[in-house]
Amino acid sequence: MASRSTVLSWTLAAVVVAAGVIPLLIPSMATLVVLILAKGIVVLGIIILLQAGQVSFGHAMFFAAGSYTAGFWGRYLGVGDLFAYLVVGTVVATLLGLLVGLFVVRYREIFFGMLNLAFSMVLWSLLEKMFHLTNGADGMRVPRPTVFGMAFSPDNFQYVLLYLTLAIATAATFAVQRFLESPTGNMLRAIKSNETRLEYLGVSARRVLLIGYVISAALGGIGGVLVAVAQQIATPEFAYWTKSGEFVFIAILGGVGNALGAFAGSAVFELVRFYASAQLANSWQLILGIVLIAIILFAPNGLIGLWKRQRAARDET
Amino acid sequence: MRGRHRAPVPDLSSKLRVLMNSTLFVLASLDGLSYAALVFLVSVGLSLIFGVLRIVNVAHGSLYAFGAYLAATLSLLVTPISPWLTYPALLVASLVIGIVAGGLIERLLLSRVYGREEVLQLLITFAVFMIMDNLQRMIWGVQPIYAAEPLKLLPNISIFGVSYTSYQVIVLPIVAVLALFGLRYFLRRTLMGSVILAVTEDREAATAIGINAQKVYLITFIIGATLAALGGALASPTTSLVPGMGTEMIVLSFAVAATAGLGQIEGTAITALAIGMARAFVIYLQPEFEVLVPYLIMVAVLLVRPEGLFGATKLRKI
Repeated sequence: MASRSTVLSWTLAAVVVAAGVIPLLIPSMATLVVLILAKGIVVLGIIILLQAGQVSFGHAMFFAAGSYTAGFWGRYLGVGDLFAYLVVGTVVATLLGLLVGLFVVRYREIFFGMLNLAFSMVLWSLLEKMFHLTNGADGMRVPRPTVFGMAFSPDNFQYVLLYLTLAIATAATFAVQRFLESPTGNMLRAIKSNETRLEYLGVSARRVLLIGYVISAALGGIGGVLVAVAQQIATPEFAYWTKSGEFVFIAILGGVGNALGAFAGSAVFELVRFYASAQLANSWQLILGIVLIAIILFAPNGLIGLWKRQRAARDET
Repeated sequence: MRGRHRAPVPDLSSKLRVLMNSTLFVLASLDGLSYAALVFLVSVGLSLIFGVLRIVNVAHGSLYAFGAYLAATLSLLVTPISPWLTYPALLVASLVIGIVAGGLIERLLLSRVYGREEVLQLLITFAVFMIMDNLQRMIWGVQPIYAAEPLKLLPNISIFGVSYTSYQVIVLPIVAVLALFGLRYFLRRTLMGSVILAVTEDREAATAIGINAQKVYLITFIIGATLAALGGALASPTTSLVPGMGTEMIVLSFAVAATAGLGQIEGTAITALAIGMARAFVIYLQPEFEVLVPYLIMVAVLLVRPEGLFGATKLRKI
């Protein structure tokens, strides 16, 4: 066991270094890596819920809540600070998560998924139709913020954003891993295996799920702020159901057993999208769809599961 | 999807009063009726598939879009020969999509994930959605396609002084009613229908008495897929076909099916009518909230009755 966790920490270190160094060598990669990390942070939230066996097909609403916080700030208060965006965006997403969570944690499985979907579609319609407030389908521009009061040139800013995102992603990964190993995290898994027994222990399953739900909403908000700042725009699409599906997709692609899976899945997803859009005449959806089917049919534990299986096979020989 | 001949919309200031005592009321009702007919066809297919296979088919909207696009292509093809051939073309298109695409999806993919985790079942249809969405753009492009021949063939009729296309207020509702009663008859009066219900009730017991559950799943999925494609084919003359039409339809039909209670056939019909009407009236009253209506209704209903308006309450199992 000890050796396995050492391997994992070394891998993590290698991934962090790679994410930090590669964009220095290839500057065009900087924004792409930010997107990968930011979406990975959102997917960490999906993974938390999947521990309890619950699939949210509406998690994009928290992602959009974060993005639009930055958007509204830029439109109504002028250029703000990235730190302020992050704090306020996370608070907004957390409060929204608490509000929606109070309702949805009463339900399980398909009903849980449906209610999440319904709430996120309500948010999507509001963002798209309240044209005078949100600029409708065109979305809101997110001007380049200052960072801790310092203004940066576009070139420098992308690196500042990259390293800040990398730091947040690393911290979030450790925090989520710790949470999943904590008593609450174990109780969350018990909801999936046998909720009634969990309640026999005197634990409120709804409260446990609510804790997980609010954390995952907060992670969605953080990711949303970072993506909006990186792409300099927030659009209603951020709350659409296909976006929610994308996050669940990335979670399954990477593997839900481990927090690292979120970033492995996110990296493959974004890289395929980036290169297939550029080289293969807009067939990225087709390619990703086929990849997803292959993963579901042949490697249900995701990329991380594949990697572990290979290591195990090599250790035996 | 709305009527082509409508009175001018008055100022919104006096909207409610005007709506209540003018032709607008009739107009909105007719809009709602024709829209509800289409939504019903798609939603009931989704509901049927979930009722039997216990899988939410995220690709359902893509089947709707494929039905619409193929119907338009065939219609444009046969119009020079005789415009009346467009009607069989609509039917052929929905059958081809339902049987070929639906059959392939079930046989090649879904049949491998029965009994697996719910999230995997959901995601495999999500993968199909991504693939079909991409294929649709590759085959039919992104420019809007119009094929209104079937709509133009039939005369307008006057209902309470409002002129409306008879395709939308007569043909569409009749097809929807036929589908409703056809499904009822099929499930409750035929042997195949009883077999499907038996598998839904208790798969193991049904298999033990010699029922081929695999075949039941295949047939159910094909019927559901054909209904989605039929909804699309019938919608194609009334609207321009654009990318994204399936993406919108899946959530809408999902809202209808979930509000009714998944697996409820008659309930889906009533809910489709209610949501169709509500949406049509909101279009005249407060057009910007049109898309919001179905989801608000869905949230409201699910919060009070998560099993849907017509769904049976399930006892909690220990």
